[in-house]
Amino acid sequence: MNFVDYYKILGIEKTATPKDIKSAYRKLARKYHPDLNPNDKDAKRNFQQINEANEVLSDPEKRKKFDQYGQDWKHAEEFDKEKQYQRQSSDSQRARYSGTQTEGDFSDFFASMFGGSAGAGSSRQVKFRGEDFNAELHLDLIDAYKTHKQTLTVNGKNIRITIPAGIENGQTIKIPGHGGPGINGGPNGDLYITFSITNNPNIKRLGDNLYANVDLDLYTAVLGGEFTIDTLSGKVKLKVSPETQNGSKIKLKGKGFPVYKNEGQFGDLYITYNLKIPTKLSDKQKALFTELAAS
Amino acid sequence: METMQTENLIAVDIFCAHNNIEISFISSLQQKGLIEITTIEETGFLDKDQLRQVEKFICFYYDLDINLEGIETITHLLQRIITLQDEIVMLRNKLQLYDAYE
Repeated sequence: MNFVDYYKILGIEKTATPKDIKSAYRKLARKYHPDLNPNDKDAKRNFQQINEANEVLSDPEKRKKFDQYGQDWKHAEEFDKEKQYQRQSSDSQRARYSGTQTEGDFSDFFASMFGGSAGAGSSRQVKFRGEDFNAELHLDLIDAYKTHKQTLTVNGKNIRITIPAGIENGQTIKIPGHGGPGINGGPNGDLYITFSITNNPNIKRLGDNLYANVDLDLYTAVLGGEFTIDTLSGKVKLKVSPETQNGSKIKLKGKGFPVYKNEGQFGDLYITYNLKIPTKLSDKQKALFTELAAS
Repeated sequence: METMQTENLIAVDIFCAHNNIEISFISSLQQKGLIEITTIEETGFLDKDQLRQVEKFICFYYDLDINLEGIETITHLLQRIITLQDEIVMLRNKLQLYDAYE
């Protein structure tokens, strides 16, 4: 467990006054607050660190203990006694933000010096909203094609959610009330789930449209014909016009991806023909091609 | 009808008492166009959908010492950030498509 220098985190000297500490904390809080840095994990981590530093240095008793034992706290028997000490944190320093730290958010160093979460025995029972949680859920393209239910575990709790068809890669949905518990009876935070959708190697998705390359033999390309392909919605028969060129594209209307939260609506499927030149020709085939070339 | 109208509304004075803030702060937010207040029989109400946003403004003002003009500017910039982040996600998805065809 590493020693955490709270003075360094707040960028202040050990001789800093309470006013200096408050000023330094607020300056950094304005920089790293999660509400001012959406989707920024680094900012969130920095914010947690400055909160922990502020929690210790703005409390005279905690600061005294930290100053006395900080570097050598491992060797001090007094820590065992201190852990039973009923803390009274200064609520005027506590931020009202949604990222209020709960047990588990403090470093191991803080927990071993001061035990558990901060704020126990607070004299002013101010209610705080619980922390918002962020989670990432990985899906295959085929999973995202149909509305389905899925159970996920967040912080030890199982949550069953319905994932609508057509959910986009990178899209975030909010599950209200499934974030961290509120403090002193405050409301729970929310759970934000971001979806990461892996593309299928054969079919690519862009919005509601799908794109696929299909191999086409030379003879069908030249003479025309029919063949069947597999799509996400099932088999589709394709009619190939005579003299179809390599790289030609066709659009299959309504065979694309479902439109998010619009049941029955689908995007389109775009097929690009990839002409395959025949190989390992027999002598007869070569002769026929030679004749064709000369004609 | 009135019951349906108020079930998603919270009285401003109750909200302010609960959060230990001044009613004038909520009025200032309304004047700046940052929130909307619904008035029913001369009582101001906040829609529940706005509560998360209002809580953020309270944090900015009371905890982070950001003045109202700063809150206004930050709100505008945050909206731009979110729009740009959404655009990045869209462009990444598009890039995935072209990467696959190389």
